[in-house]
Amino acid sequence: METAITIQDLVPLLPVLVVTGVAVLAMLLIALKRNHTLIGATTIIGLGLALITAFLVLPFAGQQVTPLLMIDNFSLFFTIVILLAAGFIAVFSFPYLYHLKDEVEEYYLLLLIATIGALIMVSSNHFLSAFLGLETLSISLYAMIAYPLHSKEAVKFPVEASLKYLVLSAVSSALILFGIALLYAQTGSLQFTELAMTGGSVADGYFITALVLLFAGVGFKLSLAPFHMWTPDVYEGAPLPATMYLATVGKAAMMVLLLRFVVASQALSFHSVVVVIGCMAVLSILAGNLLALVQENLKRILAYSSIAHMGYLLIALIALDDASTRLGVEAISFYLIAYIVMSLGAFGVATVISSSEKEFDFVADYQGLFWREPWLALLLTAMLLSLAGIPLTVGFIGKFYVVLAGVEGSLWGLLLVLVVGSGISIYYYLRIVYRMLLQPQLDQAYREAGWDSIGSYAVLALLLALLLLLGVYPGFLMSIIEVVSVSI
Amino acid sequence: MILAWLILILFVGGLAAWLADFVDPKLPRVVALIFLAVDGLLLLNVLGATPFTPADASGEWLAYLKADWMPRFEIYFQLGMDGLSWLMAILTVFLGIMATGAAWNEIHERAGFFYFNLLWTLAGVMGVFVALDLFLFFFFWEVMLIPMYLIIAIWGHENKNYAAMKFFIFTQVSGLLMLIGILAMAYFHYLQFGVFSFDYFALQNVQLAANTSLLVMLLFFVGFGTKLPTVPLHSWLPDAHSQAPTAGSVILAGILLKTGAYGLIRFTVPLFEDAARAFAPVAMTLAAVSILYCAKVAFAQTDLKRLIAYTSVSHMGFVTLGVFAWNEQAVQGAVMTMLAHGLSAAALFMLAGGLQHRIHTRNMEQMGGFWPRVPRMSVIALFFSIAALGMPGLGNFVGEFLALIGAFQISITLTAIAALGLILASVYSLWVLQKVFQGSYENDKVDDAALVDLSRQEMVFYFAMMAGLVWMGVYPGTFLNLSAMTLGSLF
Repeated sequence: METAITIQDLVPLLPVLVVTGVAVLAMLLIALKRNHTLIGATTIIGLGLALITAFLVLPFAGQQVTPLLMIDNFSLFFTIVILLAAGFIAVFSFPYLYHLKDEVEEYYLLLLIATIGALIMVSSNHFLSAFLGLETLSISLYAMIAYPLHSKEAVKFPVEASLKYLVLSAVSSALILFGIALLYAQTGSLQFTELAMTGGSVADGYFITALVLLFAGVGFKLSLAPFHMWTPDVYEGAPLPATMYLATVGKAAMMVLLLRFVVASQALSFHSVVVVIGCMAVLSILAGNLLALVQENLKRILAYSSIAHMGYLLIALIALDDASTRLGVEAISFYLIAYIVMSLGAFGVATVISSSEKEFDFVADYQGLFWREPWLALLLTAMLLSLAGIPLTVGFIGKFYVVLAGVEGSLWGLLLVLVVGSGISIYYYLRIVYRMLLQPQLDQAYREAGWDSIGSYAVLALLLALLLLLGVYPGFLMSIIEVVSVSI
Repeated sequence: MILAWLILILFVGGLAAWLADFVDPKLPRVVALIFLAVDGLLLLNVLGATPFTPADASGEWLAYLKADWMPRFEIYFQLGMDGLSWLMAILTVFLGIMATGAAWNEIHERAGFFYFNLLWTLAGVMGVFVALDLFLFFFFWEVMLIPMYLIIAIWGHENKNYAAMKFFIFTQVSGLLMLIGILAMAYFHYLQFGVFSFDYFALQNVQLAANTSLLVMLLFFVGFGTKLPTVPLHSWLPDAHSQAPTAGSVILAGILLKTGAYGLIRFTVPLFEDAARAFAPVAMTLAAVSILYCAKVAFAQTDLKRLIAYTSVSHMGFVTLGVFAWNEQAVQGAVMTMLAHGLSAAALFMLAGGLQHRIHTRNMEQMGGFWPRVPRMSVIALFFSIAALGMPGLGNFVGEFLALIGAFQISITLTAIAALGLILASVYSLWVLQKVFQGSYENDKVDDAALVDLSRQEMVFYFAMMAGLVWMGVYPGTFLNLSAMTLGSLF
């Protein structure tokens, strides 16, 4: 196997290289002079540059760069999505960390490194790079979750959250590794496409064991029931921008990786694997939605709702099983975009009124928001309705995709669970909306919007515009996704 | 293009009303009224068009529009208006104006946002009545929910949160089931013709096995039957109606329920004709049960608005009966019932709301002997009660009579049972009149300081609705001819 890397190989990797360069630059700048504004700006501009290069390398798509990475339209598409999301989160982080009485600069470094991991994950079609990317992302996240560690006023329990995430994430990585090892022992390859599990030379049971281990590990990372226990605690304990990162980029990168693996390796040709994923889907939808009903904390509600949303995505994943079309891939891709937009928006509203000293994350904190901060309330309402899948919003189109994929796969039972789950979910989303409509009682002092928040409000406006635009006129994104889905 | 304008005007009007609030809190209601009036004029203009058959459609249409929307799934922005749509659309605009009138002096708090929600609900309803692409139809079907939810949740009465939530969850879940039905149809079209399609005309060509057809039809039926509503899917309605503000009840009872009936006539039966025929005995039985059971339950209510809500379910039973009998007379009867009930139920809710606004209670136990105090209101209540119980000469009679004649040709037993509903309707209608307006007046039961008779302005609204009912009753031909335009191509 040729291992020498040529210049031609490096061109498609430019986005990753730019982010890496910016991470190094940020580190050097921190060493020279600690300046929050400078590092924040460097990060945001750097991610913007990487975004531009991602567009520039589009003509070079379709290259296998070393055996580890596959840069095709699909990976570049999600590279763009992840860079945008990471950039938005950096913008939200800036005012949040502005008043933290601690060194804040390294946070951006962690964010950049985590983004490198995520970019590697969406491009890899090899277990080695997949695992490296996954660990880069996870390890950076441990630190991001525990970030406001030294601040006396820092709310919440970042250490508890971080430790919980560390231990469970390590266990799940071990499960994934064990699964990979079993597969490698049988096939002698770590390449997704060469796993050729359909050939019957080895006993099926062996593959099924490996795949179930793998899916259990992935289930942890995606917070699928029954591996979801950590999610609400980590979401609640982590500082808001880190929660945001975990919920959007973390989940999306893992899902894309899973999708690529499933499509390339035809793992779904084993009926029992499909059954296992189906059970995870049903459990996630029911557990996520039911447990969200009794929560009083916005972050916990969004945590449980994310469990349910990942469950919906699994329906589309199962629909890929012996399907003649790529509808499942398209459904997952669109839904991920929708999910990123609405999660960023929902967490974003909480972030702009919170700061590292005081987070407003209880539903009660939002009472009467409609009459105090009409625009923020409108934004949060739109995001919540989108999460509930109501038309005019992108969430509805996402649900449309998933249901269509489910219909194509004739997954009537799972669709019924989806309907029940959505029905339940309306209750907890609308409960927050209703709370915002009441008269304000607790006169909470939200964080004052200073110059540092301008970016956050601009991003929120952009997210709302995206939410509505993609909800009413999704045609162009549908066409793009149709094209990029062909490449995996 | 005119059809897109019909919808767009309401959306824009909603935004304009909201913005007007920042200028003057009294302005939004005027803005809403103006936009509704413009919409109405536009609608009258459509009626002047000569019916034609578009190249990619069948049947006769007054106006038609097809534009690209989501080419990936062959989803079009496809609108069409024929006689049936026109009748429903004019009912929407007319009752929209009535609702604005009902809210005129009742809604002072955040008036701009109220009229925004009112007009957006109407925009969604208008879209439902003209959409021919099933995805677009479903889109509008759901669009109307949120503003309606907000109307109940913000301006509703004591138990508004519960009622609004229940309304939303019922309609949303049943809507999702319908979405599965719609997508299944699109997918079957894909299997048979190689492309997805949500086109109303294309989907009529899909051939389905009897069992599949029945299942998919049931998904549609649950969606529409919840909105209609029919027993056993009706339990959201009494709560929503009694808790909504007057204007909310008016458009709920007058228009939103009709979207369910419209869906049955436009989509459920034409798309699944054989399955609907097979299902007809069950549906008609449900209809008969709705008529009798809800009439009986209505009789047991003490809350005036709850009572009217149950009578709505009972009257809508005649619509289900007519639709599933599926002959021209029966469906004509269903359409007439939709129109007439739209007016009579709206008027009764306005009266109940007016009373509540004056004496701050809906409890009939505390009312009695109001006739001498509010003679004009009493006479009007008498008129609409008599209309609702099906007095010949008024619209409701024509509708229910035709529905029963049509149903008689399908099932004599069920028709006979359903006809008993007419007797029960007389009983509860007259009972309400006796309870509220007759008897002796005791002013220690209610706070009667504000119990004044209808103002001239309110009278105008009631007269408009009375005129409509009399027109339907003595010269139903105007309406029957219009709906015949649609029905002619269905049988």
